[in-house]
Amino acid sequence: MKVKTPDAFSKGKTPRFEESAKTALADTQLRRNLGKATKTIREKRKVVVEEMPDWEALREAGRSLKERTLRHLDEYLEQLEESVTRAGGHVHWARDADEANRIITSIVKSHEAEEIVKVKSIATDETKLNEHLEREGIHAFETDLAELIIQLAGETSSHILVPAIHKNRAEIRELFVRELGAEGLSDNPPDLANAARLYLRKKFLSAKVGVSGANFAAADTGTVCVVESEGNGRMCTTLPPVLVTLMGIEKVIPSWRDFEVFMQLLPRSSTAERMNPYTSFWTGVSESGDGPREFHLVLMDNGRTDVLADEIGRQTLNCIRCSACLNVCPVYERVGGHAYNSVYPGPIGAILTPQLVGIGKPGPDSLPYASSLCGACYEVCPVKINIPQVLIHLRGKVVRKKQDTGGLKSKLDPENVAMQAVAKVFSDPERFEQAQKLARIGQWPLARNGSIHRLPGRLAGWTETRDLRAVPEQSFREWWKTNRGTN
Amino acid sequence: MRVALFITCFNDTLFPETGRATVRILERLGHEVEFPLEQTCCGQMHFNTGYQREAIPLVRRFVEIFSPYDAVVAPSGSCVGMVRELYPLAAELAGDARLAADIEALAPKVFELSEFLVKKLGVTDVGAYYPHRVTYHATCHSLRMLEVGEAPLELLKNVRGIDLVELPEARECCGFGGTFAVKNADTSMAMLGDKIRHVLDTRAEICTAGDNSCLLHIGGGLHRQRAGVETVHLAQILATTEEDTNP
Amino acid sequence: MVEDEPGDELMAGASGKETILWRIRHGTRDVPENERPEDVPIERGYRTAGDAGRDEIVEQFAERAAEYKAAVRRVSESELPGAISEALKRRGVEKLVIPPNLPEEWIPEDVETLRDAARPRLTNEELDASDGVLTGCALAIAQTGTIVLDAGPAQGRRALTLLPDYHLCVVREEQITGLVPEAFARLEETVRDERRAITFISGPSATSDIELNRVEGVHGPRTLEVLIAG
Repeated sequence: MKVKTPDAFSKGKTPRFEESAKTALADTQLRRNLGKATKTIREKRKVVVEEMPDWEALREAGRSLKERTLRHLDEYLEQLEESVTRAGGHVHWARDADEANRIITSIVKSHEAEEIVKVKSIATDETKLNEHLEREGIHAFETDLAELIIQLAGETSSHILVPAIHKNRAEIRELFVRELGAEGLSDNPPDLANAARLYLRKKFLSAKVGVSGANFAAADTGTVCVVESEGNGRMCTTLPPVLVTLMGIEKVIPSWRDFEVFMQLLPRSSTAERMNPYTSFWTGVSESGDGPREFHLVLMDNGRTDVLADEIGRQTLNCIRCSACLNVCPVYERVGGHAYNSVYPGPIGAILTPQLVGIGKPGPDSLPYASSLCGACYEVCPVKINIPQVLIHLRGKVVRKKQDTGGLKSKLDPENVAMQAVAKVFSDPERFEQAQKLARIGQWPLARNGSIHRLPGRLAGWTETRDLRAVPEQSFREWWKTNRGTN
Repeated sequence: MRVALFITCFNDTLFPETGRATVRILERLGHEVEFPLEQTCCGQMHFNTGYQREAIPLVRRFVEIFSPYDAVVAPSGSCVGMVRELYPLAAELAGDARLAADIEALAPKVFELSEFLVKKLGVTDVGAYYPHRVTYHATCHSLRMLEVGEAPLELLKNVRGIDLVELPEARECCGFGGTFAVKNADTSMAMLGDKIRHVLDTRAEICTAGDNSCLLHIGGGLHRQRAGVETVHLAQILATTEEDTNP
Repeated sequence: MVEDEPGDELMAGASGKETILWRIRHGTRDVPENERPEDVPIERGYRTAGDAGRDEIVEQFAERAAEYKAAVRRVSESELPGAISEALKRRGVEKLVIPPNLPEEWIPEDVETLRDAARPRLTNEELDASDGVLTGCALAIAQTGTIVLDAGPAQGRRALTLLPDYHLCVVREEQITGLVPEAFARLEETVRDERRAITFISGPSATSDIELNRVEGVHGPRTLEVLIAG
C-alpha cells in the first residue's frame, strides 16, 4: 500500500493530483473502505444536523465570528497572549514550521525528556514535528488510535478526522500483531482498541512532556480547547507535568461565550455526534495543581498570513477542521486522502494547501483542479466557506502565475494556446459562427453516426469511456435566422 | 416583458434542438422570445479553468447584450450560475466598479428555464405529453448554486403520460465538471460509473436534466455502453405535446 | 486582490511576534482603519435558552446520555446512597477514588477509599490501580447528554476521573441545563475568575477510528454510570 512520499509541506516535489488519483482509483480495497466509511458518516451527520432547528443560524454565527476574528486577528492574538500569560502560561510566536519545531524541541530538551506523548494535531503534521524531534533524539508517541495505526505502519494520514480511514480491521489487526507483539489478537474493533490502551497507558504515566494541537482558544479568558473522543487528549493535556500546544494563529476565537457556537457546530459536523465524548478546556496552569505545572502555547503562522491577505481566499481560515467536506465530496470518496499529497486532504485541503505553500508548485497547483465544482462541500460547511468559489479563484491565480512568470514555454502550452484561440472566437459572433461550421467539417474523420468514439491528444481522456456527440448539421443560430428572422 | 433567450455556446453548437424546444415552450405560454444574435459565450469555461483575464471581455459582452431585457432565460443551470455567482468575481478581478454595478442589476434577471417557469411565471403545467419512463438527474449547479429546488420535478410531474422514477443518489455529481472531465479523466470516470449504475437501476428509457453538459457526459457513457438509455434535456420533454406523438 | 506579497525583508531582526503581527496588519489592510472588532456584526440567531420544562429536560438528559452508552438511572434523593452502593457492588469496586468535598453520605462503608487531597495527593499509579471513582458534577446538558466537570467540589482534579476505568457520576436534577449555550453561560464565571479546567464528558471514551465503527472505551474510563438524583 501507501508508503511515505513527500507531501506539500515537506521538502521535495510532490506528484500532481491526477497522477496520484490514478493509482488510488485502482485500489479496490481503498475504494470499498472509503465508500463505506464516508457513506456511514454522511448519513449520521444528516440526522444530527436535521434535528437542530437553528442550524442555519449557528452556521451564520460561526461564519461571522470567524470573519470578525480574521479582520482583527492582530488584536485577538495579542489579547490571547495576555490572557494566557496572566493565567501562568508561556506564549511563543513561530513565523514558520521550522521555528515552531525549534521552539517545541527546546522546551522538550529543557526538561530532559527523550519521549513525549502527542495528541492528534494536524498542525504538527504540517511542521513535520515528529521527524524533527526524532533527529534530535526524542521519540514522539502518537496516542490517537488512528494516528498510532499510521505511525506504526509508517504511513501518512488520509483523512482529517479519521486518519486511518483507508485501513480496514483486518489490516489493523495484522499491523498490531506485528508491531505491538499482540499475539492472538482478533480483528474485533474493541479488542484492537484495547491493545492500543494497554500499549499507551504506560507511556501516558511516564511521559514528562505532552504535545497537543488546539481546536480553539478564547482570547478573552485565554482558555484553550481540545475536542476528542478517546481520552488520549485528556491524558496528554493532564498527566505530563509539561504541556506544549501548537496552534495555527487562525484558531483564536474572540471569547469564552463563542464556544457555545463552535461546540455545537463542530461535533455534529465532524463525528456526527451531538457532542464528542471528551472536550478539555484549560486556562493557563492551575494554582491547585490540577494538570501540568508548565504550559506553553506556540502560535504559528506558516503561510496563514498569506491566506489572510487574499480577500477571497481569507475565508479558508474559517475552517474548524471538521472534515464534513471530505465526507460529502464525490472526488474524495473515490480517491481518498493520499492523492492530495498534503496533510490537508479533500476539498478544504485543495484550497488550503496551495495557499499555505504558495502558488507556483506543480503538485499543490493541481489541487484546485481536483474538483468537479459540484458544491456539496459548501452546502455542509459549518462555517460557510464557499469552497467552489475559492477553488475557482485559485485556478485563476495558478494560470496567471504561469502566464506572467512562465515565459515562452507557458505561452506555447497547448492549453494556453487553445484557450487564447477560443477566447478570440467567442469575442465575435461572426467568428463564432465560422468556428461552428469548421467544427462540423473538421470532425468528419472522427464522427460516425452522430457520435465520436476517439478524440486525439489531450482530449483523449474524454473518449476513454465516453462517446462524444458529434456537431449536428444546423446550429441553433442558423435555425433561428431561417425560422425567426434576424432580430 | 421582453424575454431574451440565452442559448449558451454549447447548446447553440451541439444541442440546437434544446434551443428550439425552449423557444417553443415560451411561445406556447404566450411570450415573445428574442434571440440577440451577437451572443456567444458567457465565459464559464475560461473562468472556471483559470483563464479569467481572458473571460473578462466575454463577461463585458454578455452584460452589454443582455442588460436591456426584462428577463434572460437559458436552458442551462451552469451558465446561469456563472452569471449570477461568478460574474461579480470577474468584475472584481477587472477592478471595474461600473461593470460590478451593471452585473448587480442584471444578475437577478437571468434565469434557468425551470426556475423561470415555476418561480418567475408561476407555471408548473406547460401542457406537455411524454409517454416514457423518465428519471431526473439534478445537476449540481441547478441544485446547489441556483437552488432551483423542486422546480424541475414539479414541471415533470405535470407532464401527461410520463412515468417519472426517482434516481437514487440523484444529488451526487455525475463527474462532468467542465475541464475536470479531461484534466481528471480517471476520477471523472469513476464518478460517471456510479451515476450510470444508478440510472440503469431505475430502468428508465430516458435520463433528463436541466443541463446538456452533464447530459453529454452521462449520455456519452450510456452510449458507449450501448445501454439503451437516452439522455434528453428537460426543455425537450416539456416542449413535446400530443400532436408530436400522434402525427 | 493581492497577487504578490512584498517579502519580510523589512522585518529582518524583528521578533517572531513583531513579524507575524506586521504580516497580519499588512494582510488585512482592506479593513478600514477605524473599524473596531465589534463593528463586524455577529448574528446570534440561534437558541440560547430552551423552553422545555424541568421534567422534559431531565428526561432528555437521561435519554441522550444513555444513547452514548452511559448507564443511566434516576433515583430519589433518599435512594441515592443505596443506589451508589449497589452500583459499586455490581461493578465489583473495592478500591474507590474519592475527590475532596464529596458528600460523606454518598460513600459506602464497605469499600476501601482512596481520598485525594491537596496533600498528600494520590499518585497517578494509585489512580491507575484503583477500581473506580465516584464524583458529582458542575452541571449537565440535556440537549447533548453531557456531564460537565469543573474541578470543583465533589469532582477534584482532572486525573481522578481519567485514570480509573470506571466513573460513577451523580447528577442532581437541578444541575441539568437544557441547551449548550446555557451551559457555557453558567461556566463563564468559573473560567474567568478561577481559571479552573473544564471537562465535557458525553458517554464513556470512544473511538470510531476503525472503519468508523464506534467502540466504547479506549483511554479514559471505559464505563460511565450516571445516577440522576432528584
